[in-house]
Amino acid sequence: MGLVGCTRCMRVSHSGTQICPRCGSALQSRDPFSLQKVWAWWLLGLGCYIPANIYPMLETRTLVSTQSDTIVGGAVTLAQHGNWGVALIILVASVVIPVAKFFALAGLGIGVWRGSRLSERQRHLLYEVVEYIGRWSMIDVFVVAILSSLVQLQALATITPGRASLFFALSVIFTMLSAQSFDSRLIWDSARRPDRKEDTHP
Amino acid sequence: MSEPSDHRDDLAGLIACPECDLVYTAPQVAMRQRAVCARCHTVLIAPRRKAGKQLIALALTVLILIAAATFFPFLSIGAGGMHHDASILQAAFVFEGGLSVLSIAVLFFIVLIPALRLVLLIYVLAPIIRDRPPAPLARSAFRLSESLLPWSMAEIFAIGCAVALVKLSDLADVVFGPAAWMFAVLVVLVVATDNLMCRYSIWASLDE
Repeated sequence: MGLVGCTRCMRVSHSGTQICPRCGSALQSRDPFSLQKVWAWWLLGLGCYIPANIYPMLETRTLVSTQSDTIVGGAVTLAQHGNWGVALIILVASVVIPVAKFFALAGLGIGVWRGSRLSERQRHLLYEVVEYIGRWSMIDVFVVAILSSLVQLQALATITPGRASLFFALSVIFTMLSAQSFDSRLIWDSARRPDRKEDTHP
Repeated sequence: MSEPSDHRDDLAGLIACPECDLVYTAPQVAMRQRAVCARCHTVLIAPRRKAGKQLIALALTVLILIAAATFFPFLSIGAGGMHHDASILQAAFVFEGGLSVLSIAVLFFIVLIPALRLVLLIYVLAPIIRDRPPAPLARSAFRLSESLLPWSMAEIFAIGCAVALVKLSDLADVVFGPAAWMFAVLVVLVVATDNLMCRYSIWASLDE
């Protein structure tokens, strides 16, 4: 159409306009490096997620013992003590959701690249969910910070953060950047291909 | 739409969905109504009556809550005759040695970025609600405030308090301190702010 839309304030400008006249954001019809950026941050995020699971997240010192718990190890310990509910929440929040996020982002990237069996609307919903959930994964790092600052009972029990907390935080940040780099308009471009039926009109 | 015209203003009445790029003629949306993208269901326009004043009031409240919650203890623990409580500053600075960079990040995520966003929002909205011309650099300020949105995590920290409480409740007596209640209120207010804010209306009023 010869137009370019601003993703921040929705202002429409003629294509070739560099800066949005309303809000001053840089304008691009589509980000040509979107997928490269998505994959670069994705790889960094995955690279940090692996040490986040190998190193201990928390180190607990009590009168009788010193214990280092990885994310999965901590959940297993809780389950052994009968705390099935909390163990399940930790497993879902720190393992299932991050792994699902990696798969979802990879799926979205591959979907733009080679087409997808999912409809545009389903993929867009997937993207919105990934973008919304991304920041909530940081809750693990905050819980580590809260536990470590709170449980400082001298000899009785102390908790200190382990190295995995840094890698986990980095993994969350990189996955958030990966999701933000994804240009969701790319999902809908396939709807405009001539071989496909146009299903919506403005 | 297919004939580009020399008048830039011809396009001022159009909007493009930020998520899927479908172009619409910007509709007149009544107060408390919403314009939703027909293709991807993104909310495009959702004006509220007196939203500006309410947003400033909410932003000021949250700002005060964050400032106060930073220094008061948010949880206290007691076990075996010992007692300890923790404030947000203590929580942020537990990461030591090689992890200390995480302390800075946590402080930014739960205190500095949320506070900065609210200050920017008040700066942008204050002249608008008094029908004055926009403040200098208001557009840059609002753009920065919007781009910081995903990195403002005060409400996530608040939920983290609840998780920590559940985790520790078997091992020790844990009690919510004053800051925890402030953060509980803060979660509700942050959600209310998000629901109240119509970004399109704010950009449109900065455009005039």
